[in-house]
Amino acid sequence: MAKQDDVQKRAQVVLRLDRITKTFGALVANDAVSLSLHRGEVIALLGENGAGKTTLMNILFGQYTADSGTVEVFTQTIPPGNPRAALDAGVGMVHQHFTLADHMTVLENVTLGTHSLWKTNLDSVATRAKIVRLAEEFRLQVDPDAIVGTLTVGERQRVEILKALYRDARILILDEPTAVLTPQETDDLFETLREAVDLGLSIIFISHKLHEVMAISDRVLILRHGKMVAEERTSDTDKHKLAALMVGSEVHAPEVAPATPGPALMSLADVCTPDKGNAPGLKQVTLDLRAGQITGLAGVSGNGQAALADLIGGLIQPESGTLTLEDGAHPNWTAREAVHSGVGRIPEDRHKTGTIAEFDLTENAILESYKDAPFSRRGWMNWGRAEAFTREVIDTYDVRCPGPGTRIRLLSGGNMQKLILGRVLESEPRIILANQPVRGLDIGAVNYVHSRLLEARDKGAAVLLISEDLDEIMALSDVIHVISEGQLSPEFARGTMSPAELGVWMAGHGFEAEPAHAS
Amino acid sequence: MRLEPIANPGVARSTLLPFAAISSTVVIASLLAMIAGANPFLVLGEILKGAAGSKFALLETLNRATPLIFTGLAVAVAFRAKLWNIGAEAQLYAGALITVVLGTGMLNWPAGLLLPAIAVVAMLAGAVVLLIPALLKVRFGVDEVVTTLLFNFIFLLFISMLLEGPLKDPMGMGWPKSARLIPEARLPRIFDGLRLHWGFALALIAAGVVWVIERRTTLGYEMRAVGLNREAAQFAGIPVNTVLIKTALLSGGLAALAGFSEASGLKGNLTLDLSPGFGYTGIIVAMLALLNPLAVVAAALFVAGIFVGADSMSRAVGVPTYLADIMLATALLLMVLAIMLTRFRIVRE
Amino acid sequence: MDLIDILLSASFWTAAIRIASPLIFATLGELICERAGVLNLGIEGIMVAGAFAGWMGAYSGLGLWGGVCVAMAVGMMFGLIHSLLTVPFGLSQHVVGLGVTLLATSMTYYAYRLALPEVTSPPKIDAFQPFEIPILSDLPLIGPALFSQTPLTYLAFVLVVVVWAVLYRTPLGLALRAAGENPAAVAAQGLSVTGIRMGAVIVGSGLMAVGGAFLTMSAFDSFFFEMVNGRGWICIALVVFGAWKPGKALLGAILFAAFDALQIRIQQTPLGADIPYQVFLMMPYFLSILALIVMSRRAEVPAALMVPFNKGER
Repeated sequence: MAKQDDVQKRAQVVLRLDRITKTFGALVANDAVSLSLHRGEVIALLGENGAGKTTLMNILFGQYTADSGTVEVFTQTIPPGNPRAALDAGVGMVHQHFTLADHMTVLENVTLGTHSLWKTNLDSVATRAKIVRLAEEFRLQVDPDAIVGTLTVGERQRVEILKALYRDARILILDEPTAVLTPQETDDLFETLREAVDLGLSIIFISHKLHEVMAISDRVLILRHGKMVAEERTSDTDKHKLAALMVGSEVHAPEVAPATPGPALMSLADVCTPDKGNAPGLKQVTLDLRAGQITGLAGVSGNGQAALADLIGGLIQPESGTLTLEDGAHPNWTAREAVHSGVGRIPEDRHKTGTIAEFDLTENAILESYKDAPFSRRGWMNWGRAEAFTREVIDTYDVRCPGPGTRIRLLSGGNMQKLILGRVLESEPRIILANQPVRGLDIGAVNYVHSRLLEARDKGAAVLLISEDLDEIMALSDVIHVISEGQLSPEFARGTMSPAELGVWMAGHGFEAEPAHAS
Repeated sequence: MRLEPIANPGVARSTLLPFAAISSTVVIASLLAMIAGANPFLVLGEILKGAAGSKFALLETLNRATPLIFTGLAVAVAFRAKLWNIGAEAQLYAGALITVVLGTGMLNWPAGLLLPAIAVVAMLAGAVVLLIPALLKVRFGVDEVVTTLLFNFIFLLFISMLLEGPLKDPMGMGWPKSARLIPEARLPRIFDGLRLHWGFALALIAAGVVWVIERRTTLGYEMRAVGLNREAAQFAGIPVNTVLIKTALLSGGLAALAGFSEASGLKGNLTLDLSPGFGYTGIIVAMLALLNPLAVVAAALFVAGIFVGADSMSRAVGVPTYLADIMLATALLLMVLAIMLTRFRIVRE
Repeated sequence: MDLIDILLSASFWTAAIRIASPLIFATLGELICERAGVLNLGIEGIMVAGAFAGWMGAYSGLGLWGGVCVAMAVGMMFGLIHSLLTVPFGLSQHVVGLGVTLLATSMTYYAYRLALPEVTSPPKIDAFQPFEIPILSDLPLIGPALFSQTPLTYLAFVLVVVVWAVLYRTPLGLALRAAGENPAAVAAQGLSVTGIRMGAVIVGSGLMAVGGAFLTMSAFDSFFFEMVNGRGWICIALVVFGAWKPGKALLGAILFAAFDALQIRIQQTPLGADIPYQVFLMMPYFLSILALIVMSRRAEVPAALMVPFNKGER
């Protein structure tokens, strides 16, 4: 692209946020944040969880009203607190958690909210034509009449982008769009985005994956604790510099020493589990979890990770095949049985399944062991012992809280996870199921959780790490399996596979029997 | 507008808001009294006088509160586990039915044996009545709100059928009512000469027992966990369905005790108007008590006081007694609102 | 009388359609609420209030259609209370619904006592009369059953089509259904979930009240306590039975009403005389429970039914 062009293009500012400030009680979520986006430009908004990215976007979209500051789209000031204003001005957002109605068709989802509510018909013919045209133009193939619930995650994201384009968005905001994609799907997405930029759209790309930020953006803006702390031209910076800016200091991930694997503590042989709605079950899975080793499970979300986690956690039983521990087969495999057999379980969703929000720390700490001595005897609770145990966990695992009587919903995500970690590790489990153990945590807490898992490994536990973050899997795992449509890949030793090679498996290729892509 | 959680609601907030709810209820009642052409102060005064203005009034309130404590506990226990038992009315009648079946001469045992036996069988009967909707919920996922509501209608018709058939009192001059209980099957009065029977004491004991179950036993812990977050309870290995069934048995049993207490302590027989909706009123009692078993006693006294007071107010001033029902429905709605607002603040956006 | 004879008699089907009419109104009302994501347990009380308000409106000289409008307005008022508490405040839909039923019922009885302090039996009004639609009403069997009904019954059938068309053929219906499936999707498109849900509950409650008014203004000509008698709860079962679809809900209501009409007729046969009448009266409730059991596994429940939505929350 000619330099001349470049300069001219940059001249037109399409979106300007000016000194946006927003406080929630004592928390300053956004502190005088300013940014401007030019025509045909991709800027990356980088920051840890809780840095204020989501709040900023919610203000742009009128979900929140800023305490002060203005939003300008195409030089027009947007009235605060009006969710339609930004949409109508040509800003489209692709949310991290898709805002799609699963039981409805693609067409219905795209049409939603684009007509006046009091119109007497839906104009499906014209709508369909426009969707087909946009899909071709931006390479977003998807069947307009498909029920959204039957689509793959990648396809659903295309629907989200189509929704924005259908409204003639000139500015696209993507919130962590690659979190749910395979490396190849990510490449496709980037293709679409480049296509969009060539057509004159402007893009804000919200992420914390540095290599993607480096790959797609022209400029990087870094938010930390609600403040815009730096702005870098992508061509003038590198990953290390960005990481330091994002966290505020140099961070050191825990050193991973080589593992000394022992015998298999849990073995699955040809295990199948039933599908659950759109979530595939396990298909003939064979897996050994060995002592003193972290086994990483890579894969795009919704490919059977839930089934494997549920199986190991005791929530479901094998439909066929066997699950064997050191002491033999366990035909009556339940959650309690799993806990009693030394399986420590860190659940995927600490809010929904890991803790009970309205329970205090003590009640949450004994959630898995309330029926055992010393916390209860013959049906009678011993709250004294439960509280003593909780205090121990609070001290050992550095849970920041006013005390064991605090309701757990008042704790930050990191502290909540530390309590779960304590609950699990204090029982010295032989097998640890760590399902997305650091999702949504800030880097300090991430490093803490990771080093505790490594510590448990070095003490001889068999750890299964399930994560959608390939970087995390590759950094921590001694061996890696890829899961796709419920099938498990062979075991890959640390360092033998590149992300791209793993990506091929994640996309479902390489398995002995190609999975049926129909349905 | 948007709701934002408050981390630590102050004392002022958590006392003033419920107080405001009750005050607003009184204001609304006053307005309705004025519409009826009555002096609101007079109406409220008469309600107060009728509820607690004399020894007789007070005893009447205690008597009326007795079944409400039982049904309030039944609802509180069930709602605690998010088992929506709206069928306390049917379970109450199941208890009363057992009382008249066993207590009209079928068993000729001394009172010391007969009364506990009837109470236990009555509880079992109530438990079974709620067991059916609970099983339908657990096995087929059928919403228990609708099934328990429908069972109320079915069970009342069933009672009506029995009262016009096998249970009909031959001396009843054609009225659909059962024979009278034998003296051994009657709950005695607590004090000679005072119209207050041991059912009231039993209700207080039941409240204490339920409190101990909820706070001090593993079952209580399980019930609370299941009610607050079924998914997390399941994950932790709590047998959710078993807990729901146990909760149903306990709740149905408690509601049945209301029927036992009314038939054996107060009425002495079974008629179709044994309960003027005690089962439904139990929901109000439980909600006003925030599902706390000990607070159920206070809430039941309050609710009973309004009913008893409104009866005598209506005789004195002529404002319809339905004013009491309106007050309670209003209090229920405003109280759940007030409790929510102690935990969330409204933010204008 | 033979079962076949009953099923082939015009009077049987006329009765069935008449019995179905109030259920159709109220079921449609509940369906609208639930499709938007709100369970409305106020239905029973709102029907009581509607029954009284419509009848009282006509009795006080507003005319029959005036009465229907009064009923509708009263229903909408209770819908407003319900939706205010359940939608923006997100309170338990179970508790609020039961509270609204208690409130509506007791306010109705209070109003009745104030309006008619001294009467022993309530006054009668000139109720809606059957209107025979020319030509169509001469058709065998379905003529009398479908085309010799009161105007309110015709309105019920028209409403089924209207509700279907609005739900599936207009942007408003699309938004309403989406609010019951994933409110976040509605909010992301700049629409107000609160507005849509409150509107649905208010309009739905209005229809429930008209269902109640049918009882006092078309089926009968006077107001009695207990006359709704659990019909509201039955309508909630009918919504499930109809899989949240207006057409299927209509079929469900007619099927249900046919059974009800049938049991009345069987009661009068020699066989029926040996069975206590209470058994027959229980049948509708048993049928409802049966319908719930049969449909519980198959139906596609609106995904966000009973899930409150708080703006900006993830």
